[in-house]
Amino acid sequence: MAIELKMPALSPTMEEGTLAKWLKQEGDTIEPGDIIAEIETDKATMEFEAIDEGTLAKILIEEGTENVAVGTVIAMLVGEGEDAGDVEAPAASDDGDDDEGSDEVVDKPGEGKDEGRDEPGGASAPKTAPRADDPAIPDGTSFTSVTVREALRDAMAEEMRADDRVFVMGEEVAEYQGAYKVTQGLLDEFGPRRVIDTPITEYGFAGIGSGAAMGGLRPIVEFMTFNFAMQAIDHIVNSAAKTNYMSGGQMRCPIVFRGPNGAASRVGAQHSQNYGPWYASVPGLIVIAPYDSADAKGLLKAAIRSEDPVVFLENELVYGRSFDVPYLDDHVLPIGKARIVREGKDATIVSYSIGVGLALEAAEKLAEEGIDAEVIDLRTLRPLDKETVLASLAKTNRLVVAEEGWPTCSIASEIIAICMEEGFDDLDAPVLRVCNEDVPLPYAANLEKLALIDAPRIVEAVKTICYV
Amino acid sequence: MARKPAARKTTGKKPATKASSKEASSDEVGAPSDDPDFILHSLQDEFEKSKSFDASDDQMLEFYRQMLLIRRFEEKAGQLYGLGLIGGFCHLYIGQEAVAIGLQSALDNDKDSVITGYRDHGHMLAYGLDPDIIMAELTGREAGISKGKGGSMHMFSTEHKFYGGHGIVGAQVALGGGLALAHQYRDDGGICLAYFGDGAANQGQVYETFNMASLWNLPIVFVVEDNQYAMGTSTKRSSAETRFYRRGTSFRIPGMEVNGMDVLEVRAAAEVAFKHVREGKGPVLMELNTYRYRGHSMSDPAKYRTREEVQDQRDHHDPIERLKKVLVENGHGEDDLKAIDKDIRKIVAKAADFAESSAEPKPGELYTDVLVEEY
Ligand SMILES: Cc1ncc(C[n+]2csc(CCOP(=O)(O)OP(=O)(O)O)c2C)c(N)n1
Ligand SMILES: [Mg+2]
Repeated sequence: MAIELKMPALSPTMEEGTLAKWLKQEGDTIEPGDIIAEIETDKATMEFEAIDEGTLAKILIEEGTENVAVGTVIAMLVGEGEDAGDVEAPAASDDGDDDEGSDEVVDKPGEGKDEGRDEPGGASAPKTAPRADDPAIPDGTSFTSVTVREALRDAMAEEMRADDRVFVMGEEVAEYQGAYKVTQGLLDEFGPRRVIDTPITEYGFAGIGSGAAMGGLRPIVEFMTFNFAMQAIDHIVNSAAKTNYMSGGQMRCPIVFRGPNGAASRVGAQHSQNYGPWYASVPGLIVIAPYDSADAKGLLKAAIRSEDPVVFLENELVYGRSFDVPYLDDHVLPIGKARIVREGKDATIVSYSIGVGLALEAAEKLAEEGIDAEVIDLRTLRPLDKETVLASLAKTNRLVVAEEGWPTCSIASEIIAICMEEGFDDLDAPVLRVCNEDVPLPYAANLEKLALIDAPRIVEAVKTICYV
Repeated sequence: MARKPAARKTTGKKPATKASSKEASSDEVGAPSDDPDFILHSLQDEFEKSKSFDASDDQMLEFYRQMLLIRRFEEKAGQLYGLGLIGGFCHLYIGQEAVAIGLQSALDNDKDSVITGYRDHGHMLAYGLDPDIIMAELTGREAGISKGKGGSMHMFSTEHKFYGGHGIVGAQVALGGGLALAHQYRDDGGICLAYFGDGAANQGQVYETFNMASLWNLPIVFVVEDNQYAMGTSTKRSSAETRFYRRGTSFRIPGMEVNGMDVLEVRAAAEVAFKHVREGKGPVLMELNTYRYRGHSMSDPAKYRTREEVQDQRDHHDPIERLKKVLVENGHGEDDLKAIDKDIRKIVAKAADFAESSAEPKPGELYTDVLVEEY
């Protein structure tokens, strides 16, 4: 049977091309791999290679012809034992497939053109079920005051005791006991197999951690600070976050990337940055940024157990603060659930991480002035608990976002967008954001203070939206 | 413009044989044992003792069949691309078949893991995976191995311990280090085979991984598939050291240089390398000299090399023709071999039909597999 040679698509964008030159003539024998013709695409001149063997029976498109549509039959090939003379050119209606009589290229499935969006509904984002509340703490549970640092360590130690697949790797995590002492004591208890000191090689060990997760382990990768994870962000985003999707659900990457995030104190611009908004923009990642010890512990345990890759953002300035933690065998909190840390009725302050402390401080000051502010700790930045935010807005009708980070393309921007899209009718005033100044963090003490968010600024903003 | 090698390059002591392997005749690949500057050559010496794998007739026929399957599959993929059925980037493995088959045939598929970059169809086929579902992934269909959501560059079969299919040049090396770490951690006796290109060999994370793999004695075989070009850049224009097998030196990783156009030689080298790694002696770096006949991806006009250069490789170094010759010498008639080809063409034609006629993924798949759990 004669084989039709069709005008090939030779680039992702090519729709037509020029048949520049025939390198084989009618009657020539063709071997697979022979270059039959040269074709000019939208980008370059390309060679058209034979796949099948046979004899070139008929050339249907003269060389030099321009605007030959992809798919047009340009020549006929016959196989062994067939007679080139018998070959008929295909009927004209076969030419260029089914876009006959129309200049417009028909948009066929699988042809790399935008097919437009499907009807909403077929492919709409799944509605999330109402999120679970924090598990009730049984009456009579005692609380102990624990630093955030210890709470994080306890979470790791408990999960490592429960599951041999869990291990910690990072710079100075083992023998040095952690650059910020978060992994203190883990080497003694679990040994060097499970508490692994790495060289200073973030890109490399983020990749090794991700690969180990793909291979069935549950790594906790500590970054000395998230500033240094910039070198590793490729693995966090491209390797860890996307493989489950790209593999159609075959290949998971259950890993926790954790470490201090955000501004520390007087360490200058390169060591002071909040990456919350960066990671929270990536589908396939879970992003958690707790404030107090109980949340740090309960959420880190949940993160380690999660089948999904988690970016767990801590804050150096909060490590040493002590908070009550319930004394329970297994204190695990739900990922994706915000917490109302102070109830109020006049205005809502939404924050996370170190900003929660400032928001609470602001709420106290506002109370003295007769404004009863509600404070929400987002705790998880992705998926974001819109419901809790919108419910609070519906109650107070006024909202401020307080974020230790830059204002542009921030979590604050996102919350404001959500309030516009889904809470517009509840708004009695514009939503304001209180963030750091939009500059690299300066070193000088006075300038640094000017650049960073503080409670008085939150107070000011809340008063503004309350019109007092 | 040809750039003169920089003066800091020690001497011109590049072995002549190696240089020739980079030009025309890769038959006589320069061995590190000929290379007086290279100290970590114990495995190469071992390999030199017997450079051709003593394959049984059945094994040889199987190698032939598998290489031919890759060749015909890739030719068909190129054709389907031309017809607009495959979109985006599509990197063909034509010319490099002996590398995947020679190496992967020596693996223990119950234990060992494999990871590679985006030029991954051949490595998938080497597992004997159904060509239908691989082709259907290329055409972005529901029946594809990643439900059509990965495409040519992102194919995985965790069932076979094949971990992809990665589009960021070099990333698979560090991820492979992690797979090796998992083998060691679980003490499951497996090793990881991590492939990367000559271009990828210049990525920093490759050396970060070499360092940790050697430091921690990870069971990993690093394989540079040196097909002599990274897109349009020849190794000479990109690499201060083109003898990639030496690049583990600073990390004390022994190197091997292998003619990647000869499946029996590749397999022989694999035996030596894998044994070393399995015995817990740490990583090995293998340089497989090979050649890709087609452009980098489908839209590459390949103007950075001459047609003669490609033709010379096809005519004188083709891995399939080379094995065919051995098979004919061993008494297999042309007709037997033609029958194999016919059979494979049928398999591939069926895969193409399947890939063309399968349904596209349902719109609802858009939001599946983003996360594993619900939150
Ligand atoms: C980090 C990164 N940079 C650039 C690219 C674009 N790119 C894709 S393949 C390639 C060439 C790689 O060549 P090589 O490693 O020799 O592998 P080969 O394609 O020859 O198999 C480049 C530059 C990429 N995918 N990732
Ligand atoms: Mg290459």
